[in-house]
Amino acid sequence: MELAHTDTAEARVITVGEHRIDAAIAISFKDRMRELTDGGPNRVIVDMTQVDFIDSSGLGAIVAALKQVGPDKSFELAGLSGTVQKVFKLTRMDTVFTIHPAIDIALGGPVADVG
Amino acid sequence: MGQADQRHKSALSPTTDEMKLVFPARPMAVRQALQASMTGLARLNLTVDEQGIIEIVLAEVLNNVVEHAYAHHKKGVIELRVKRMSDSLNFTVLDDGVPFPKGNLPAHPSHTLAGPVEDLPEGGFGWSLIRDLTKDLHYVRSDVRNRLDFSIALADTRIS
Repeated sequence: MELAHTDTAEARVITVGEHRIDAAIAISFKDRMRELTDGGPNRVIVDMTQVDFIDSSGLGAIVAALKQVGPDKSFELAGLSGTVQKVFKLTRMDTVFTIHPAIDIALGGPVADVG
Repeated sequence: MGQADQRHKSALSPTTDEMKLVFPARPMAVRQALQASMTGLARLNLTVDEQGIIEIVLAEVLNNVVEHAYAHHKKGVIELRVKRMSDSLNFTVLDDGVPFPKGNLPAHPSHTLAGPVEDLPEGGFGWSLIRDLTKDLHYVRSDVRNRLDFSIALADTRIS
């Protein structure tokens, strides 16, 4: 499972190095995401730029990751390719997640600050 | 049947309108079969959007066979047939696993995304994707075999 992470001052960026998030890796993806979102900054952004394809198992693993993170942290996605976007849209999961066009926009854009 | 013949049939070409893939019912084999399918369709004038639709549908259908029909059967085999029509591709998926519960395809799930995050569904998306993206979806159980037929409409089915 290729998941790398870097912490900026305000966010943990998790870069998915896999080209596919599918049934073959969904469980290990979910487990590794749990490790990477446990602790660290309160804002988590998952950079999906390298992911060409996602199936319903992979989508389920990303929903599971959102749920694992819990209400005290922000869990966001960035850089969804055409087919990945299509799956999010068809399942209406694009209405559930905060989705940024690209990771640099996610990091450069205004941060929701309720404090 | 010679090897050249086998290769010939794993891709659509100007001289064949049908292709067939047979592979083990395991997640990694499904991944490879998806790649082989898309390679086999490479000579069609598919848009990127159509390629995405075909790959999503095949992934859902084939993974469903692995996870349900062959859930307790480690050496299952799946056969995928594709036929080029004038305005669509017709797909047939065959397996010798257990039938669908009550002999029917699952009903359209009506999951809600409106509730709190902890109540979000983590599954059940597969069949809604299949139903949204295909037409003429038809399942039949005959003897020990499951057969699922469906088609995907295409703007241009010419082969180059």
